[in-house]
Amino acid sequence: MNSLILRTATRLLVALMLLFSVYMLLRGHNEPGGGFIGGLLAGIGFALYAIAHGTAAARRALRFEPQAIAMVGLGIALLAGLWAAMFGDPLFTGQWWFVGAGDDDKGLPLSSVLVFDIGVYLVVVGAVLTLVLGLEEEV
Amino acid sequence: METVLALLVGVLVAAAVYLMLARNVLRFLFGLVLLGNAANLTIFIAGRLTPELPPLVPEGLAAPAGQVANALPQALVLTAIVIGFGLLAFTLVLVYRGYQTLGTLDSDAMRVAEPADTTDGTP
Amino acid sequence: MNESAAPEDRPADRGPGEAAARPAGAGWLPALLPAALAAAFAAALPTIAGGGTIRLAADWVPSLGISFSLLLDGLSLTFALLISGIGFFVTLYARTYLAGHAHLGRFTLYLLAFMVAMLGLVLADNLITLFVFWELTTLTSYFLIGFNHASAASRRSALQALLLTGAGGLALLAGMILLGGVAGSFELSEILARGDLIRDHDLYLPILVLVLLGAFTKSAQVPFHFWLPNAMAAPTPVSAYLHSATMVKAGIYLLARMHPALSGTDAWIWSLTLFGAVTALVASVIALRQTDLKLALAYTTVMALGTLTMFLGAEATVAVAAAMTFLVVHSLYKASLFLIVGILDHQAGSRDAERLGGLARAMPITAAAAAAAALSMAGFPPFLGFIGKELKYEGALAIASEPAVVATAAVLANALMVAVAGIVALRPFHGGRPRAPRTPREAPVTLWIGPVVLAGLGLLFGLAPALIADSLIQPAVTAILGRPETVKLALWHGINLPLALSLLTFALGLAVYVGHERLRRGLIRLEAGLPATADQVWDRLLDGLKALAAAQTRLLQSGLLRRYMFITFASVAVAVGVTLAATGAVRLPAAWPELLFKHWASVALIAAGAVMTALSKTRLAAICALGVVGVGVALLFVMFGAPDLAITQLLVETLVVVLVGVVMLRLPSLEQGARRRRGADIVLSVAVGAVVALTLLAVVGAPLDRAVTDYFETASVAQAFGRNIVNVILVDFRALDTFGEVAVVAVAAIGAYALIRGTRRKERP
Repeated sequence: MNSLILRTATRLLVALMLLFSVYMLLRGHNEPGGGFIGGLLAGIGFALYAIAHGTAAARRALRFEPQAIAMVGLGIALLAGLWAAMFGDPLFTGQWWFVGAGDDDKGLPLSSVLVFDIGVYLVVVGAVLTLVLGLEEEV
Repeated sequence: METVLALLVGVLVAAAVYLMLARNVLRFLFGLVLLGNAANLTIFIAGRLTPELPPLVPEGLAAPAGQVANALPQALVLTAIVIGFGLLAFTLVLVYRGYQTLGTLDSDAMRVAEPADTTDGTP
Repeated sequence: MNESAAPEDRPADRGPGEAAARPAGAGWLPALLPAALAAAFAAALPTIAGGGTIRLAADWVPSLGISFSLLLDGLSLTFALLISGIGFFVTLYARTYLAGHAHLGRFTLYLLAFMVAMLGLVLADNLITLFVFWELTTLTSYFLIGFNHASAASRRSALQALLLTGAGGLALLAGMILLGGVAGSFELSEILARGDLIRDHDLYLPILVLVLLGAFTKSAQVPFHFWLPNAMAAPTPVSAYLHSATMVKAGIYLLARMHPALSGTDAWIWSLTLFGAVTALVASVIALRQTDLKLALAYTTVMALGTLTMFLGAEATVAVAAAMTFLVVHSLYKASLFLIVGILDHQAGSRDAERLGGLARAMPITAAAAAAAALSMAGFPPFLGFIGKELKYEGALAIASEPAVVATAAVLANALMVAVAGIVALRPFHGGRPRAPRTPREAPVTLWIGPVVLAGLGLLFGLAPALIADSLIQPAVTAILGRPETVKLALWHGINLPLALSLLTFALGLAVYVGHERLRRGLIRLEAGLPATADQVWDRLLDGLKALAAAQTRLLQSGLLRRYMFITFASVAVAVGVTLAATGAVRLPAAWPELLFKHWASVALIAAGAVMTALSKTRLAAICALGVVGVGVALLFVMFGAPDLAITQLLVETLVVVLVGVVMLRLPSLEQGARRRRGADIVLSVAVGAVVALTLLAVVGAPLDRAVTDYFETASVAQAFGRNIVNVILVDFRALDTFGEVAVVAVAAIGAYALIRGTRRKERP
């Protein structure tokens, strides 16, 4: 699509969407959001970029093959699940660390659950872009 | 409200079935999308409806304050929506590829796997 | 029927003496297995004769109460000795008979596999174990009958035997499961001790019918008799072994084994007596009609099986003793006669009674063995056959219900057997100048040793009946009747009614033998007058089945997607609708709920979108309407406390528009394949929609169990440190499910990508 306005606006818009998608991903455990929603958002952002600048530019901006991103995401999700097994818990049990927790302050929460959600995020981004870019290039 | 939505699901299913019985595979695809929506709504309704109270725990509390929407069907439906999208995308590509190879969208004319009976001519 | 048994047993290009000239090599090696087994079983004789049994057991499927248990008692031992003993001679015989055949190794393997299966069958002490071996004999017999797989007749016969005995096997399995349920155990020894319980049970009759179906098909009782003569398409050693001495007796074994559990009722007595008597008479009449010696023998086997069935219907000790004695007699003489027919075929080039004659001078040993076997078959003293026949008459007269019927059937069948014995064993060897397609020559020792020993045993046991009376027949009868019995066998019973019947039998038999040429012509005329033989009825049955399959395939598998969908949806509508109506689960809403305008508006939006999608004539309108439905559903999610769902739904809708838009550019208009009349489709879609709506109404009308949700609500913060319960469920409580789901999404995407790329490669090679 050869529109200067669209191309210019897209640069800003895509950056905002990606940022927002990460925000949605990270806040998902406590507020509406999460890996699925974040992944869809990021996927749509890149799809918009592909429509405005062409699929080749989108693939360059992505740096990795979308299929590879999906598979890496699947692997991360699996590792997050296996992590629990290493501590003797059943598979996919959440593991938590509260970094610097005090009596009043619960500190910075880190968890295998977040890693799992990141895996979901990557799978969704990868899958959506595999489809969108593939179809765009074909047609 | 559940009653009305149950009837609405009935309408969605009827429209979906009507589309899936068509000969054009694109219509079939549209029927599939409607059916997916109907299925999601069915699960959602089966968990009962609670107006405008999302299943969130307010900060500082151990459990939701009062009755909130049923979280279980929501979790089921959320993945179902994404998987439904995967299914739709795959079917769409299949339809597209089928059209390129066979040159038609008419499912009656797609007879590669099951050729028409030629022994006695009756369908 | 004659052509189905055409002599295709061996390579046609081989001379008669070549087999003898060929060095034996390691030909005797496979015969070691049956020999060793026979010796092992013989070693158990003293234990069994002393009234003991030997039992081995190992757990197989303990959760279902199935064990791999073996039991050796009098009945099993009698069968086991016959199987392994005759197996030894047949294996030896087959090495020479099929010498030079390309698939001799395969043949030996099948034969030995069959023998092991048969031994397992008669030794099994568990219904399921027994059934497994029963099916194994069916399978190995299929391979053996179809051994000449290049011949269409062989293949047909093999398939016929497989289908018929396989169907019987299925009935048997059902019967055995019922029996195991009624008796509370699958162990035979326990079931047999609970005969009264089983006979008084409501399910007795179904069990009996199913077990009898299994036994009657396997043992070729009328009306299932036709597969056995057809099975003569197999090489002669197979006929001798499977279709006279062993496998067809599996049904008889089953009847004998089940005797303590099932016998004694009117149903048992009448069905066994009647089917047995009819089978014996029908088969002996058909036997007279044959000129192919092998076929004539096959029908006398059917006749013998009928006789055995008839006597097992009785409760009287002497009748059962008659059955067991006749079983041994028959196995000995029938196996030797089959082997002799094979020798005639092999050495003289034919087994047609009309083309052979006067061969005794050229083949003295074979002729002597044939004479001994035939005399035993005809029941002349001092052969064991005489004792067997006297016992049969005594047993027939002792049967309380219908002695006259059983005795008449026995006399007639025996008289015909006398005649057939003469035709098979006397005519080819005696009378005038030698007649044969080839210059006859005596068979090598590996061929005649079997018939000579088996026929000799018939004479030896006749002279010294005590040899088998105490050690085999008495324990076997004890096992069958489930009570201690004493059996004495003797050649001379004094002048009594059985002896008189014997004399009558000889007279009748002689008359039939003398006049059998005329009788045969009459029978052939009679057969031509029959509307159909059982074999032809079978063919029609199979043709009907194939036509039915073809018709339902044409009806159901039309290759039309819309018809498949129609059938599927119609089934759903009918199944769910009938269930709803039958369970009375239909609840119509009592009153319309008070709804806000925004609720009505979103519902109306979705409904209108759905109807528009269904009716739109253009792609663009359909896609827009689909989008309306999607957004409407997202609105509902917002209104009813599901923000996560609403966001996901909206994002997915966006992507769908992108994808569908891209593909649409390359697809033709919606009109392709449109049909005019869709009345039935409308009716069906409304019906399915109504059924779904009613089901959903029934669901929301029933109380909801929120236990799982309550758990998630209280555990979400406490255990998983998350306040968005939906997300906590997804990534923590049910993370394994989510993992599976994202895997599906990834696979769908990669699958679609492969489809796209596949197209491309083809276009640009």
